[in-house]
Amino acid sequence: MINRPDKAKLYYPHMPATWWLRKRSYFMFMLREFTSVFIAIYLVVFLISLYRLGQSEAAYAAFVDGLRSPGWLAFHWVALLFAIYHSVTWFLSSAVVLSLRLGTWEAPRWLVAGAHIGGWLVVSVAILILYTVL
Amino acid sequence: MSEETITLNVTRFRPGQDSEPVLQSYTIPYRKDWVVLDALNHIKDWVDQTLSYRWSCRMGVCGSCGMMVNGEPKLTCSAFLREYYPNPVTVEPLVNFPVMRDLVVDMSDFMDKLKSVKPWLIREEEKPVSEGEYLQSPAQLGVYKQFSLCINCMLCYAACPVYGLEPDFIGPAALALAHRYNEDSRDQGKEQRREVIASNEGTWDCTFVGECSVVCPKHVDPAAAIQRLKVDNTKSWIKSLLLPKGGRA
Ligand code: SF4
Ligand code: FES
Repeated sequence: MINRPDKAKLYYPHMPATWWLRKRSYFMFMLREFTSVFIAIYLVVFLISLYRLGQSEAAYAAFVDGLRSPGWLAFHWVALLFAIYHSVTWFLSSAVVLSLRLGTWEAPRWLVAGAHIGGWLVVSVAILILYTVL
Repeated sequence: MSEETITLNVTRFRPGQDSEPVLQSYTIPYRKDWVVLDALNHIKDWVDQTLSYRWSCRMGVCGSCGMMVNGEPKLTCSAFLREYYPNPVTVEPLVNFPVMRDLVVDMSDFMDKLKSVKPWLIREEEKPVSEGEYLQSPAQLGVYKQFSLCINCMLCYAACPVYGLEPDFIGPAALALAHRYNEDSRDQGKEQRREVIASNEGTWDCTFVGECSVVCPKHVDPAAAIQRLKVDNTKSWIKSLLLPKGGRA
């Protein structure tokens, strides 16, 4: 049987709207959520650039030229940093989610996260090389 | 030589008398081998007998002495005063729970949630005792052992902002326990737990802040359990779309 106290006699605490400022880990969590906004904006810009490319080479060049303004450059730098932060934390989380077991042995988390991050770096460098060569 | 002292700021809430909790200061002798719980016991025995709080084993096993110590959810029987001395120590009831009196919180919501995930071995059909026990290999035990170490201290609920914002959330310990039984090779109750686990108040409320696993004194890692439950749910959902009868025989 669960003992239930008289609700009228309880004090119900409420969570302040600034709860995420209370602890560094909460703040980093909120920052991680916030990075999605920048990644979403970047994706929209990227999709527009593809659309322009579909229109004509000149339209694409004009669009890319517009992105060379200091404001857009700053945005892209911030978006890049946020994308890296988001990706690294994502791959670190993957090690929490994935449990690789062989009998009684379980792969340590650093190995799972390291393998993911390693794969991500290889693919990123390959894309970068393809982009600069082609 | 004058005795070394330490100040404890302790939450007091007298139901029917106080409209909200207030902090009361106690300056008591400092002993470097004392834990916060020893300091509370000293106050109760020698200074103020009206102070209320829960404890039992004094050795990190029963899970009843969880409180906020300087804003962090801790087992007070494992939090040494020397980690804070000479600064004052603030002791408050676990956050995210209704306060009954002083440092005592109402656990009934937590108990309801524990029960809702059916934390016991479920068999479709029990075999007769004469057929012997349900055997399990060390590898099968290893899959869920970590998730079976929970002492129901509720520190993870106090660390979870989602539970603070959405009190209907089933929460870390109960979901970790659901995962513990789902992963037990002797259990056949996964389907019976699915409704609660896969509901909005179940795993999908969790945004993976991860603090539950950080504060857990028994390294249960409820955050991992919840994410694995999510993967499991998603796999079953895909199976139910692709296979006749949802992949069930
Ligand atoms: S999961 Fe850990 S923190 Fe949560 S109730 Fe169990 S032992 Fe305590
Ligand atoms: S008194 Fe039992 S865990 Fe602290």
